[in-house]
Amino acid sequence: MTVKKSVTLFVPCLVDAFRPEAAEAVVTVFERLGIAVEYPPGQTCCGQPAFNAGYREEARRAARHFLRLFADCETIVAPSGSCVAMVRHHVPTLFEHEPRWRELARRTAARTFEFTEYLVDVLGAEDLGASFAARVTYHDSCHLLRGLRVQEQPRRLLRRVKGLEFVEMKNADCCCGFGGAFSVKYPDISSALVADKVAWIQQSGAEAVVGGDLGCLLNIEGALRRKELPLRVLHIAQVLAGGCPPAGGPGP
Amino acid sequence: MSAVRTERYVEESRRGIADPVLRRALSGLQERFGRGTAEAYRRLPEGPGLRQTAHAIREKAIANLDLLLERLAARIRANGGEVFFAATGEEAVSYCAGIARRRGVKLAVKGKSMVTEEIGLNSVLAAQGVEVVETDLGEYIIQLAGESPSHIIAPAIHKTRNEVADLFARKLGIPYTTDPPRLTQAARRALREKFLAADMGISGVNLACAETGHISTVSNEGNIRMATTLPPVHVAFMGLERIVARLDEYEIILRLLCRGASVQDIGTYVSLIGGPRRPGESDGPEEFHLVVVDNGRSRLLADPRFREMLCCIRCAACLNVCPVYGRIGGHAYGFAYSGPVGAVVTPLLTGVQRGRDLCRGETLCGACKDACSMDIDLPRMLLELRAILAAGDATWGVKPEGGLERNVWRIWAGLVSHPGLYERLLRAGAVLQGLLPRGVAGWIRRLPPPLSGWTQSRDFPPLAKAPFRSRWARRRREVGRG
Repeated sequence: MTVKKSVTLFVPCLVDAFRPEAAEAVVTVFERLGIAVEYPPGQTCCGQPAFNAGYREEARRAARHFLRLFADCETIVAPSGSCVAMVRHHVPTLFEHEPRWRELARRTAARTFEFTEYLVDVLGAEDLGASFAARVTYHDSCHLLRGLRVQEQPRRLLRRVKGLEFVEMKNADCCCGFGGAFSVKYPDISSALVADKVAWIQQSGAEAVVGGDLGCLLNIEGALRRKELPLRVLHIAQVLAGGCPPAGGPGP
Repeated sequence: MSAVRTERYVEESRRGIADPVLRRALSGLQERFGRGTAEAYRRLPEGPGLRQTAHAIREKAIANLDLLLERLAARIRANGGEVFFAATGEEAVSYCAGIARRRGVKLAVKGKSMVTEEIGLNSVLAAQGVEVVETDLGEYIIQLAGESPSHIIAPAIHKTRNEVADLFARKLGIPYTTDPPRLTQAARRALREKFLAADMGISGVNLACAETGHISTVSNEGNIRMATTLPPVHVAFMGLERIVARLDEYEIILRLLCRGASVQDIGTYVSLIGGPRRPGESDGPEEFHLVVVDNGRSRLLADPRFREMLCCIRCAACLNVCPVYGRIGGHAYGFAYSGPVGAVVTPLLTGVQRGRDLCRGETLCGACKDACSMDIDLPRMLLELRAILAAGDATWGVKPEGGLERNVWRIWAGLVSHPGLYERLLRAGAVLQGLLPRGVAGWIRRLPPPLSGWTQSRDFPPLAKAPFRSRWARRRREVGRG
């Protein structure tokens, strides 16, 4: 595949609201690679929360807004595995009975990529010239790993970061217990899951845990903050943008 | 039907989580079997793609169930066996109870069978004075303890060695020992007497083959072979979906079943049974009965959204990887089937509305789909069940979700399709969150209901002072000026 000269950024709602630095880091990485970034205004949500809760008509309303906004974009990149899995796998099925929307959904699905997947599989870029001096472990988010089959890409990117020591945690591929509304509706189960995840992270000896989905990262960080543990929790883009000042403000 | 307690999912899961012994047992089980099964699929001579082949075989069988079951029944009848099609669990149970009465059965030995667990066979037989003895070691343990299985393949996984030692000392009158070989010997001695004295053998069916007219059972203890050959009557129960057309297809499903269930290339004892003992044969029962159980399965067959569930062969591989099952244990699911398979099939068999916490109480992590020996898309069906719960569905007797929850999602849908409004709310939230109690680095310690579940064990992230959308706008202005 040829290198695209520009990408359109989809910033999922959680990144936008809680960790805008992660999206800024994505912009930094692309600009360093000489790729222009577009950001269509008016972005909100792909519809996943409603879809997972079973509210399909509400999910369709969100998805229509998303599809309208990104209808004419050639390449869409998002720093989230679960939102891309939603756009790629579920949004087309939501419009099974609406041919016009279904076509648009399928076209959009084929053009939407997760950030690390796009870097490694499409651009063939692994060494981004980043540096980050810390021992780092990686959490496989479920929808990035099992929804998009992205497992090696983020690890390869991390291993090329200068000063970064990569360590695997036990059960990196095990769910952290986020699950969207699940984390609020079934707090006992969710808490049991994240407690184990935190223990595995600690056992790895890492100083920072990195992942590609903000839902998981906020869940993990929430548990760490409650226990007042000093580990850092970062979106992988924040690590890959390390070593030069990220756009628009102080670094991660 | 055995008792249904799906409404108690939340409370029962809390109890499972609080049990550190259960957690250790399930963690050990999942590390051995969960990882082992994935490796066993990779090592298949045909490659892991055999699971997709198996899925297609099962789908074809489900699409032709009527023909396959007719063929199976005809062959078995031609061999001198009886076949009974039971529309409900009650019908299946009373058919068996009738045989027991006619033959004056006092003692029945049983091989492990989930469908008899589902239809509550044991208690009905016991009520008419038949002693029913489970002969699978795990099932025997929980029967002695008066409990129910907490795993489809490893029913006594929740029991510790010490508990079993206690139980055997009390119930079998043996000297107290925690030595597994000695405990197994004690069970074997006790069970051998039962095998020799039994008037009836009861088994499940792992898989039937229409072409050859056989049912088949798989075990590692040899107990099912004893239970199906020694007593004068054998009654086998199968869910109506447990069949494939041809012997070559049977072989593929059998190999995957053994890998999914117990990381084996093949179970130690695989029996193919096509009828009673024939003249001149030295082994086998005088009477052979096959009970084909519907008990709600044809409703799944009739619904294209859930027909795929009938491809399931109950290998339990999904239990061995499910993070939720691994924390809450099997009893939380409130019925015979636990783990991801239970979360889908139990509500469909016993009521979607009352089983709604089973449908919603999973993370949709997808590990079950990857582990499934038949490549069944369980997360897809959990999503379908949630959609039914939200919108209502007359076929499944579900009323649309009303009130607060529905309105919350309606408002949400309005917000995410009106970016101006959405942005204003985001800004308001960033200001209002100042009222909430904070912990380390500005993280929120306590949220009000309905979000309080999050802050039960975790801090909640504060909204960024400026979301990305405004940072981007600022950045563009700066670039424009520069």
